[in-house]
This record gives sequence, structure tokens and C-alpha cells, in this order.
Amino acid sequence: MSDIVSVEWYLILAAALFALGVAGVMIRRNALVMFMSVELMLNSVNLTFVALSKELGLIEGQVAALFVMVVAAAEVTVGLAIIVAIFRVRSSANVDELAEMKG
Amino acid sequence: MVDYLWLLVALPLAGAAVNLFFGKRLGEPLAGWFAFIVVAIDFVIGFAAGVGFVSGTNVVETSFLFSWIPILGVDVAILWDPLASLLVFIVTGVGALIHLFSIGYMHGDERFPRFFAYLNLFIASMLILVLASNYAIMFIGWELVGLSSYLLISFWFTKPSAAAAGKKAFVVNRIGDWGFLVALMIIFATFGTFDFATIFSAAPEMFAVGSATITAITLLLFVGAAGKSAQIPLYVWLPDAMEGPTPVSALIHAATMVTAGVFMIARSAVLFELAPTTGAIVATVGALTALLAAVIAIAQTDIKKVLAYSTISQLGYMVLAVGAGAYTAGMFHLTTHAFFKALLFLGAGSVIHALANEQNMRKMGGLRRVMPITFITMAAGWLAIVGIFPFAGFWSKDEILYQTFDKGGAWIILWGIGVLAALITAFYMTRLFVLTFIGKPRWDEGVEPHESPASMTIPLIVLGIATLGLGAWNTPFRFSFEHFLEPSFSALPHPEPVDWTLFVVLATVTLVIAIVGLAWAWWRYTRDPLPAEDGSFWRNALAAFHVDEFYGRFIVAPGKATATWFADFVDPKVIDGAAHGIGVGVREAGSEGSTLQTGQVRWYASGMAFAGVVLIVLFLVFGGGI
Repeated sequence: MSDIVSVEWYLILAAALFALGVAGVMIRRNALVMFMSVELMLNSVNLTFVALSKELGLIEGQVAALFVMVVAAAEVTVGLAIIVAIFRVRSSANVDELAEMKG
Repeated sequence: MVDYLWLLVALPLAGAAVNLFFGKRLGEPLAGWFAFIVVAIDFVIGFAAGVGFVSGTNVVETSFLFSWIPILGVDVAILWDPLASLLVFIVTGVGALIHLFSIGYMHGDERFPRFFAYLNLFIASMLILVLASNYAIMFIGWELVGLSSYLLISFWFTKPSAAAAGKKAFVVNRIGDWGFLVALMIIFATFGTFDFATIFSAAPEMFAVGSATITAITLLLFVGAAGKSAQIPLYVWLPDAMEGPTPVSALIHAATMVTAGVFMIARSAVLFELAPTTGAIVATVGALTALLAAVIAIAQTDIKKVLAYSTISQLGYMVLAVGAGAYTAGMFHLTTHAFFKALLFLGAGSVIHALANEQNMRKMGGLRRVMPITFITMAAGWLAIVGIFPFAGFWSKDEILYQTFDKGGAWIILWGIGVLAALITAFYMTRLFVLTFIGKPRWDEGVEPHESPASMTIPLIVLGIATLGLGAWNTPFRFSFEHFLEPSFSALPHPEPVDWTLFVVLATVTLVIAIVGLAWAWWRYTRDPLPAEDGSFWRNALAAFHVDEFYGRFIVAPGKATATWFADFVDPKVIDGAAHGIGVGVREAGSEGSTLQTGQVRWYASGMAFAGVVLIVLFLVFGGGI
């Protein structure tokens, strides 16, 4: 793997995925899609962790990736529950309508 | 020996507390009798402890009570020496008589017990002042007598003039207290202690005669003394203080409190000896005060105002004495003056009481028939202050004038001023006496004067006898008073032996001058009981040469204007403006900043992303250094 595809490519891919995720969070109005974008960002980071772990021969990167997955799983549960709860009340998952905190 | 002397202060203090809290229950005569007995016990204690100084069996002692401010080395302790015992004798002796007098004088006053609570408080404060063994405690006593004086001057506070007089006394005294306080700071900075004994033994070794530090200290101490003892330019509060009840005028504003300044200078004699410049200034101020107040007293028509200016004038003599280094003479005049002036004030009080609060001498006259006891005792006080041989005032005033003359040089000018003031004193006191007691009655219709009750006449009689007797204590033939005070002034050089020829010549001069003044006034006011006193001199002297108006225009008015400017401009605009400005600024920033809170999740997310980019850029540009 390292012979054919160097670590830079993995990092570039991860950065591209992260940028996509950020753009998704900022642009999309649907809470569910934003949520998926966040997952995309998390996974892009996981990819960096794993790639660099392999490249540098350190086990900590993989451990971090596992931790992120565990936390992401928990986060998904809570996040989805919140979105479902909001949807039940408002029949919509449009975040622009959730502006009660306006100053 | 002196272990129980703390009772001197504790008893009247307790008496004041009792009358303050339970006075109403004690009721009218009882509250007064209680206060009187407390002071009488004080007198007995003080006399028993002090008589050893006269017989020569006592030694100067310091009785340590407790350590108060260890870090400054301030101990609460009693310095028991002849000077302190003399003042205790005067304060409790005259004080007890005046308490007794007040029982009759204050009869029927609504706040009768309160009056005696204040009087007891004054006695306690004055004793703190005179018994102190260091400047810090002395200053506390000094302030407390000021407080008691203020409370008693404005005792009838529903009268606006009394309230104003109390305020004036307080404010003018504050100027003097400023001097005293700054002097204390310099003393502490210089000597590292407030203790009299330490300072007075260290000062002659640390400083040469005429050193700048000691001159500054003594001048500032004199500012304090000038406030308390009513000297130029701070004397203006004392005539107004006559708004208080007459026994208060007698006790505080004639016999005791006003002499605190003279006492303080005598106590600090060692320091004043090291500062001859200050001594000359003190003596000059004293002599000028004696003259100015005497001139003003000539034209006053209010009997108490005459006595008030006379007190200022006599205090001028005492200050002249201590300025000239004649501490014994000054203290002797203080002693005799305390008795004869208390007598004169109480006599005036008796007259005022008899005439239903009439104080204008032009409406008196002929009282000798209806008030024989007051008349005879007042006569003793009158002859004493005029300085007729062999009454008390003759000996003490003569002593001062002799000591001043004896210093030679420019001091002879001060002697001349003193003699001139003696002439005027004889004139105005005779005027007072004749207008009040001699001639035909001029009192208003319906007023029926009567001799005062026994509680008022007994103090008069006792004070009259004291006035007659005290002078003999320090005749030049028997210097027992000087000998008695010697332990207090042991650090000073011994007085030179008296030049007898000079003494007799000077004494004759003053005596003749006094008799001339007396005879002149007697002739003038018996020939025509109410001569027209209308020239420009009389009008100006009656208005006290408009000194109050002068102060009002050039000191009080600018002060008020400054205060008004601060109240109307600086406070609302600058101070409040700053406070309001901060509040308004925060509120504006808040309402502006709150528009950033759109409530849009995506807006916040964008912010976070933007901030993240900025951080990454910074990190890349500056490396790990940020």
C-alpha cells in the first residue's frame, strides 16, 4: 500500500472529506443531512488517524480512531433522538426554523 | 500609690452612661444629684492622691493600665505628676461646683438628665486629656472634650443660633486639630513613639536648640492649642459658644476645656524650650489676642459676651506666659482664672436666671439690693480679674507680666501690650459690674428678680472664697506653687531668682494701671448709667471688628462655593457621569452584540469553521510559537 499510494493521498482525501462535511453543515438546512455531514467530518479525521498511525508505526492513532467511533456512536444515538423529538413537535427538521435562541 | 487613679476617668464615664440610659427614670433633681456626687467623689480621690505633691511626699509616677496599640507602642497609662494633679483639682473642683449650680439652673428643662450625662462625659474626657501619659491618648481626650463641648453648646438645639454655634465651634476646632494631628505624625516619624517621657528625654539629645523639626512640631502643636484655647485667628468660635447653657460656659468655655491648649504647651515644655522661634510667635499671638479680645469686650452689651471675650483675653495672657517660657506663671494664671472666671460666669448665670433670661446689661442695673450673695461673690471675681491687690488675678497676671518684661529686648513690647490689655480689662469689667449691680434698676416691667436658690449660691460662695485664697498660693514671697510644679518641669532650666526692685516697680505699674481703668469706668458709668455708646469705635467693637464677616467672605464663602461646585458639577457630571457612562457603555455593547446571536445553527457552525481556519492559518504562519 505504502509503495503505491503514499500517505499524502490519504491526507488529501481526508481533508477533502472534512471540507465536504464542513460545507454540508454550513449549507444544508435539514438537520438529518447536517448530522450526516458531521459524521463525515468525524470519519475523515478517523482516516487521518489511521493513515498516520500506519505511516509512523504508532498504535495510538488507531486507538484514537476507535475512541472516535465509540463516541460517534453515542453521539449519533443522542443526536438522532433529539432530531426525532424536534420532528415530532414541529413536523419539520429544518434548522433555520429553530431560532428560539435569537438574541 | 496611683493604682486607683483610673477611677477618676471611669466614674464620670459610668455616671454619663447611667444618666444617658436611666436618666429619665431618675427624674429631675435626682439625676443632677447623682452626677454631682460622682464628680465630688472624683474630686476627693484626685485631691487625696495629689495632696502629696504639695507636701512633697509624692513622686512623679506612671501607672500602666493596658497596652492598647502595641504596634505603635501606645499604652493606656496615667502620668501622675503635679501638672496633672493640678488640672484634676481644677476640673473636678470647679466641675463639682458647676454640677451643683446646674441642678438649680437647669430646673424645669425637659432634657435635664441628658444635660448631666453630657457634663459627666465632659469631665471624663477632660480627665483623659490631662492624665494621658502619651500624645495619642491626649489627642483622644482632646477630641472627646471637643465632642462634649459641641453637644453642650448646641444643647438647646431647637434654637437655630445654638445649633449654628455648635457647628461653628466644631469646624473651627477642627482646623486646630489638624495642626495637632500633623504634629503627632511628625513626632511619631521623628521619635518612633508618642510617649511623653521617652520623647522629652530624647529630644534635647537628638536636636539642637532651634532645629527645624522641633520648630515645625511646636508650631503645629500651637495651631492645635490656638484652636482649643481660642487664640487669633481661631478665637471666633468662643463668643458664639455662649449659646450654650451658662453653667456650660462657666465650666467648659471659661474654666477648663479652653485651657487645654495652654496645658498642652506646658506639657510639651521641653519641645517648646528647643524652639525659641515658636516661643516668640506663641507669645506674640497671646499678647495680641489679649489686647484684641479686651478691646472687643468693651463694647459688648450681652453680659455673657463680655465674659467670653474676657476669657479669650485672659487665655491670651496664659499663652503669652507659656510662649515666654514662664510655664509656672501660665499655669498659675490658668488656676486662678479657672476659679474667678467660673465664679463670674456662674454669677452672670445667677443674674440671667433671676431676670428671666435677660442677657442685655443695659436692661439690668441695681441688682445689688435684690441679689446680695451674687453681688458680693461677683465683686470678688471682678476685683480678681481686674488685678487688685491682694486678689488672685493680681498675683498671677503680675507674674506673667514680670516674666515677660524680664526677658528684655523686644519682649518689653509684649509686656507693654499686656499692660495695655490690663488697663482695658479693668475698664470693661468695671463697666460690666456697674451696669449690672449698681445704679437704678432698668429691667423690663413684670420681671421680678430674686436671689437664686441655695444650690446656685453655695457654689458662688465656695468659688468666691477660692478666688480670694488662691492668690496667696504663689505670692512672690512664698513660691510654693512653683515649688509644687517643679517635678513636672524638672527638665527645664531653673528660673532665675526674682529681681525684687524690678518686681515691685512692675507690680506697682500694673496695679496703678488697673486702678486707673477701674476708676475711669466707675466714674463714667455711675455718672450716667447709660452713656451713648454710639461712635464708630463702639459700633465696630460691638461687631467684633467684623472678623466673622471677614472670615465669612474670604474663607467660608469660597469654601462654600467650592463645595457647591463639587456638589452641582463634579459629583453629578464627573463622578456620576463616569459611573453612568460605564453602565450605558456596557448596555449598548450588549444590545449591539446580541444581534450576533441569530439563533441560526448554521450561522454558529460557520463561525466555528471560520475561527478554526483562522487558528490553522495562524498556526501555520507563526508555527508553534503562538
